[in-house]
Amino acid sequence: MRKLRPLLACLALSGCHGRQVMLGAAGRDGSMFANLWLVFLIVTLVFYALVLIGLVWAILRRREGGEPATRTGLLVWVGVISVTLAGLSIASWLVDRNMNRAPFTGLTVEITGHQWWWDVRYTSADPSQTLRTSNQLHLPAGMPVRVILKSADVIHSFWIPNISGKQDLIPGRTNDIVITPEKVGLYRSQCAEYCGLEHAHMAFDVTVEPLADFEKWWAQGLLPARAPVTPLQKAGYAYVTTRECSTCHNIAGTPATGQVAPDLTHLASRLSLGAGTYPMNSGHLAAWVADPQSAKPGNKMPVIGLEPDQLNAVVSYLESLK
Amino acid sequence: MSSPCRASLLALVLLAGCDEQARDPRGHPLPETGPLLSAAMNPARPDPRAVDYYKNAFEVSQGQQLFQWMNCSGCHSNGGGGMGPALSDTKWRYGSSMADIVQTIANGRPNGMPSFSGKLTQAEMWQLAAYVRSLSQHVPQSIRSGRTEGLSVGEPSTLRDPHPPRAVTPKQDEASVE
Repeated sequence: MRKLRPLLACLALSGCHGRQVMLGAAGRDGSMFANLWLVFLIVTLVFYALVLIGLVWAILRRREGGEPATRTGLLVWVGVISVTLAGLSIASWLVDRNMNRAPFTGLTVEITGHQWWWDVRYTSADPSQTLRTSNQLHLPAGMPVRVILKSADVIHSFWIPNISGKQDLIPGRTNDIVITPEKVGLYRSQCAEYCGLEHAHMAFDVTVEPLADFEKWWAQGLLPARAPVTPLQKAGYAYVTTRECSTCHNIAGTPATGQVAPDLTHLASRLSLGAGTYPMNSGHLAAWVADPQSAKPGNKMPVIGLEPDQLNAVVSYLESLK
Repeated sequence: MSSPCRASLLALVLLAGCDEQARDPRGHPLPETGPLLSAAMNPARPDPRAVDYYKNAFEVSQGQQLFQWMNCSGCHSNGGGGMGPALSDTKWRYGSSMADIVQTIANGRPNGMPSFSGKLTQAEMWQLAAYVRSLSQHVPQSIRSGRTEGLSVGEPSTLRDPHPPRAVTPKQDEASVE
């Protein structure tokens, strides 16, 4: 029994439903893939066992001087392998066909990959309903979503392991993938194509929620940024909207209209900072603003060299952007 | 391999690193002090800040980043010129000193060059000016940004002819060149 313990631990772990699990089966494609994977696993295990049994049998029954091939046995064996391989191919083809047949109902999200963050745009026929955000994705459970993928610099790859497979973001062309998240929950997406120094820190949070919650979130996201209230927040607002920050960052409803860096309109309502690098809290926010090159070396945000009182003000304002 | 051969190979490898100025990825933010001192106003005393920017590899590459981000290529087309004048030649309509270029960026110029004051900080304008100067080889090779992380349409600056043929310019233009 003691020998079995590690095996049992492995089995227990395989049942974990983490935020970034390849066989998490939280989406339509994800569960089809998980089922196919299980079929392959069982079939290959059975054949592995058969081969081992044959091998042991051959060793036990060996005779001196060799013997003529057991022709019938070999023919049956080849036949069984052929039929099974054909069966697996057909299963794989059927799953592939079903994945490509995902119905599409109208929600389109456009994602542009940058080194090393994600620019997200929820497009709508009505331009005033188009929502821009960064490094997060909210999706309604059970609804197929078409994700349009573009890249601003190098090849990235879009992957939410729990929900669906990968699709590359290629500079100069537009790719797409239809994903259908099914289970409500919080997941993590990770860039799946090496894209430079901070590739490992190019992730984002995916929140799958009921349709009503999703619509509420979208409506909330369209609102302009909250006005600063406290004197400290006002000082931060004055700095952010007139100095270096506004060159690159956009905060809807303020003079900060830069388009080359993540949108900060509702920054504090996100779960993580720096494309999934740190959890969102004042400590990490202050560390990031004070010295982004230590927080995520190589990213495109320069060290500004803020004085302590300026830093406090800027962080206080950014924290108020719920 | 004989040991003198190995030693000379090692020396070659070490020398290969000598070409570039050491780049500190964090940079050292420079203080902003006082108004611009244009060379046109006082040719004897150029702005003392200029040298901190155009002799610094980090500042020049920051300028290159801003050049892309601010869509300068929309008119100047990676320095080659299009709707706006070319920046990679040796002609300077409004002076070639760093302070002159910063003033062009800050206040704009007639016939289309917009003003970027309020959109860029003074330090960013200095960085941009340092890069613009580097386009026409006003900076040492060791400082010039040799490559970008992103894609660029133009030829890499390291492959460009380091001594472009001098444009034939009227006399008065020659006089304004530094």
